[in-house]
Amino acid sequence: MSRQNTLLYLDGVSVSFDGFRAINDLSMVITHGEMRAIIGPNGAGKTTMMDIITGKTRPDSGEVFFNGVVDLTAEDEASIAELGIGRKFQKPTVFESHTVWDNLELALKAPRGPFATLFHMISGAEKTRIEDLLTLIRLGDKRDELAANLSHGQKQWLEIGMLLAQDPKLLLVDEPAAGMTDAETMETAELLKDIAKTHSVVVVEHDMTFIRALGVKVTCLAEGSVLAEGSLDHVSADERVIEVYLGR
Amino acid sequence: MSLARSLFALLGLVFLLGVQGQSVQAQENLDALRPLVNNLAKGKYDETQRQVEALVASGDPVVVPTLKALRAGDLYVRKADGEVFIATKGGKGYLLIDPLTTENAGEAGRRDVSKIKVNNRLRRVIDASMGSLTLMAADPKVRLAAAEAVFKAGDPEGLEPLEAALQKETDDDVRLVMEQARAAALLNSDRGDSDKLEAIETIASIGNRDALSLLIGVRDSTEGALQEAAAAAITKIEKSLAMWGNAQNIWYGISLGSVLLLAAIGLAITFGVMGVINMAHGEMVMIGAYVTFVVQELIRNSAPWLFDYSLFIALPLAFLISGSIGVAVERGIIRWLYGRPLETLLATWGLSLILQQAIRSLFGPTNQQVGNPEWMSGAFELGQLTITYNRMWIIVFALLVFAGLMLVLKKTPFGLFTRAVTQNRRMAASMGIRTPWIDALTFGLGSGIAGIAGVALSQIDNVSPNLGQGYIIDSFMVVVFGGVGNLWGTLVGAMTLGVVNKFLEPYAGAVLGKIFVLVFIILFIQKRPRGLFALKGRAVEA
Amino acid sequence: MMTSYLFRTLDAKAGVFIAILLAVILLVPALNILIAPDNFFHVPNYAVTLMGKYLTYALLALSVDLVWGFCGILSLGHGAFFALGGYAMGMYLMRQIGTRGVYGDPTLPDFMVFLNWQELPWYWYGFDMAWFAFLMVMIAPGILAFVFGWFAFRSRVTGVYLSIITQALTYALLLAFFRNDMGFGGNNGLTDFKDILGFDIQASSTRAGLFVASGLALLVCFLICRYVTKSKLGKVLVAVRDAESRTRFLGYRVEYYKLFVWVLSAMMAGIAGALYVPQVGIINPGEFAPANSIEVVIWVAVGGRGTLIGAVLGAVLVNFAKTWFTAALPDVWLFALGALFVVVTLFLPKGILGTIGDGWTALRQRRVSSNAQAGGGKPPKTPPTSPAAAANVDPQPAE
Repeated sequence: MSRQNTLLYLDGVSVSFDGFRAINDLSMVITHGEMRAIIGPNGAGKTTMMDIITGKTRPDSGEVFFNGVVDLTAEDEASIAELGIGRKFQKPTVFESHTVWDNLELALKAPRGPFATLFHMISGAEKTRIEDLLTLIRLGDKRDELAANLSHGQKQWLEIGMLLAQDPKLLLVDEPAAGMTDAETMETAELLKDIAKTHSVVVVEHDMTFIRALGVKVTCLAEGSVLAEGSLDHVSADERVIEVYLGR
Repeated sequence: MSLARSLFALLGLVFLLGVQGQSVQAQENLDALRPLVNNLAKGKYDETQRQVEALVASGDPVVVPTLKALRAGDLYVRKADGEVFIATKGGKGYLLIDPLTTENAGEAGRRDVSKIKVNNRLRRVIDASMGSLTLMAADPKVRLAAAEAVFKAGDPEGLEPLEAALQKETDDDVRLVMEQARAAALLNSDRGDSDKLEAIETIASIGNRDALSLLIGVRDSTEGALQEAAAAAITKIEKSLAMWGNAQNIWYGISLGSVLLLAAIGLAITFGVMGVINMAHGEMVMIGAYVTFVVQELIRNSAPWLFDYSLFIALPLAFLISGSIGVAVERGIIRWLYGRPLETLLATWGLSLILQQAIRSLFGPTNQQVGNPEWMSGAFELGQLTITYNRMWIIVFALLVFAGLMLVLKKTPFGLFTRAVTQNRRMAASMGIRTPWIDALTFGLGSGIAGIAGVALSQIDNVSPNLGQGYIIDSFMVVVFGGVGNLWGTLVGAMTLGVVNKFLEPYAGAVLGKIFVLVFIILFIQKRPRGLFALKGRAVEA
Repeated sequence: MMTSYLFRTLDAKAGVFIAILLAVILLVPALNILIAPDNFFHVPNYAVTLMGKYLTYALLALSVDLVWGFCGILSLGHGAFFALGGYAMGMYLMRQIGTRGVYGDPTLPDFMVFLNWQELPWYWYGFDMAWFAFLMVMIAPGILAFVFGWFAFRSRVTGVYLSIITQALTYALLLAFFRNDMGFGGNNGLTDFKDILGFDIQASSTRAGLFVASGLALLVCFLICRYVTKSKLGKVLVAVRDAESRTRFLGYRVEYYKLFVWVLSAMMAGIAGALYVPQVGIINPGEFAPANSIEVVIWVAVGGRGTLIGAVLGAVLVNFAKTWFTAALPDVWLFALGALFVVVTLFLPKGILGTIGDGWTALRQRRVSSNAQAGGGKPPKTPPTSPAAAANVDPQPAE
């Protein structure tokens, strides 16, 4: 596939820490509007891959392109976020001493410079948008609660809400269902499917029920490179995937 | 047994006879010289000059005081009997000293003696001959000094006496200096070029600054082959001087580096291994120095013969005292603040104020006298380097402490536990390691090492309540520069900073050099925020 | 619009603070000048100067609170900015001496004549003009903060590393300013000032004027800090303090934000230093001592970090205690100060104001819940977690 038509394009990416190869010749392509699930055992390089895409870690070699033209290896976290890549962390990280409302306001798409924020006055449109998001993530009655006081699941949802507030082109979602009840997990899957209608999404998850509920193309990583790719049934039938990840 | 005893007896006898014989001969010489000395008072300057030359011709160094006194105008003649004395004002008139034996010879009234006059020509004659006289002295130290004086003066007049002295010289060291002095004198004389070329070579082999300035003189005043030879010798000396200069800087740098290492290595444990900022670290060093002071005071008062061992007594005491203060501090303050490094920093700073003030209240704010034991004072020469024993022992000591610490951390169960807790606290705890105790002991170890660093620093620094303050910023710089969590980094960091500092000093001065180093570290941290020997990987970021 | 926004962000606490500050600014000079010296209510001259000094310290503490309390940058080198502002003011005051110096040189300050300097170094140009000097009071610390911050924040030096580097910064400046050939009076610093803006610096009216200026500077800087911290930028700062890397992933360029408050804070510290110097009559390299900068941090910690008012309160309280102790029990002062560091970090991590605030909230919550029980299980009027309850303390600008 030519690079030009892709949203995210990784080719031959490698990175090592003190001799340990966390990512080894990884190549992957996400097209516009696609939702992709990533599975793989611990240490397969899932989080490191996200670190590379979002500019936290520089690859030792290989190409990473966004929208077919932007070389992500030359950008830092802030500019990658401004390009339109949003990220939700494995461990939910929200701003604990801010209220739910403030968390969303900070995430809301708006000029990011210090002087812009210094003289920023919240507009009616922005308020409506935050209200909409609050309804979507079901935290409407918690809007003035400090984020620190939310439950684990609520923090996960708040973080997804912040991700949406950024209005990114591509969402990287790391284990959104971790620590959730079964019901919450299903709701989260539905929410992501909703989001995927208008955005490209990459989801990392261990929960197979969750992956099945998403019903999208699956990539299995192991030891830093792609082991298998295809539908969930195709991937879970793969001998090597069963060997290293699913177990017999 | 009896053979040995009789041998000793025999030797003693020979020795006694020898001394006897010498003194008899000396007495005869004095009797011969006495009239010559007394003749100094007779006649005008020309006459006196002849007498001086006669005295010099005797070649006996015993006339040196006489000539010196004459030159200084301290030589007087007693009017009553024409005897000559060295006189100094005192009592009612003058105190008389026999010029040959330099023994007291009574007093004389103001009008009883008259001064022997001296003019500049006479002074020059005395100066020129003095060197040759002392060149013959019995004491090799005097001969050495005389040769060095001739070398510095480079007076061609000294050439002949030197050559005469060289014939008789038996001491190799003195001989070498005389040869060099001869070369220096020869260069200014009217001897042939081949002799002078040889002399240039001799001087070039000395290779110090005096030789350099001498040769520069030759280069600027001669032509042809001599000038070329001098110029070549100058380049050679300058090269070797530059090399020795560098060696000197490196030595000073390593010396400073070892001091930094001592001060920083305890910090490297508490900061590097435990991630705890201990601003009171400098005060642990200071307490170690005060322990040394107290130990030395006790020894001075009750057992002075132990003084040379005072440091060995102070070392374990300082380790224990600083170490137990460290354990107490960890248990009392720091363990409540884990995970809040900025608060730890502030609390330990408060602690440092308290410790400083406590020491100030106990011992007073002034510097305390801490002595160097015999084996730590003095110096020796290595080529053109002067190496003082205290600096040398501190370098050795710093390296020993470093090696010992490495051994403790790598080879003992305690070290293993410490490293386990550093890497994964919860895992270590679940494997049955008592992490709180490991924390306390590690902190105690770091503080204890600061204490023994204090014993060493008491030997080269002022022992005052502010001792620690001077080291804390430098120590942090070393740890940060070397890379946190890596003792080798601390070693390399300390030595690098020490040497860089000393190389900057000649160009920038001590203060500016220090500022440059600080700015350099600030810039260095920009480039490598985790120091020279940084751990890499995901774990560091988290 | 901005000013109205500013006033809407002022809550009851800030209102009380401003009222007290204004009262002090008016009353102290009035009681000093208008009341006869033998009257009980007379404020003696030394007290005016002393309190003026406290106000400049309070401003310095405010500047430290802005970076530490709201952005998590623990500066152990703010004394450097304070001293630079002080030196800028000192240079102006030196030039004002003119021919009244010991050597009577019209342009060169005494210490330069003493060092046999022939002409004024270039960096002393312009300091004979008040407007230029007063501008440099802010610009000199600002430039230093900008250069330092640019390097430090871009390479993401944070936490204790940053603290130690700030300490090294002020230590390096301490060493530099001790040097005679730096041209700032070396060891002795700048002193023997005669007048400021044409007023005799010793006159009690000038002293009162300086006191008022210090009070007003504190007030204006408090309002600026208040505006900054309540703006969206202030929220970004707190976000940086709590989760720096998360803030980056939201697209905020953290280094610019840090640089902004860092420079702003340094300028405020510079103003504080500039007002300090004419009141104490001297500026010397001792002001750069790292110990001074760390002491400022404890003022903020005592009052309560991240509260602004707490910083002012802490600075005044600790310095009042210092004045009292050093006169009455000089040996005890360092013990007390050291103990203060330990006790505050261990037992009062939120400082006086934060702890009182917590206690008050807890008390109110208890009263609310006991009311609820008394009311036979009826839902309380204002549940503690409702938006209204929080809005009392920290109203949303949107509402």
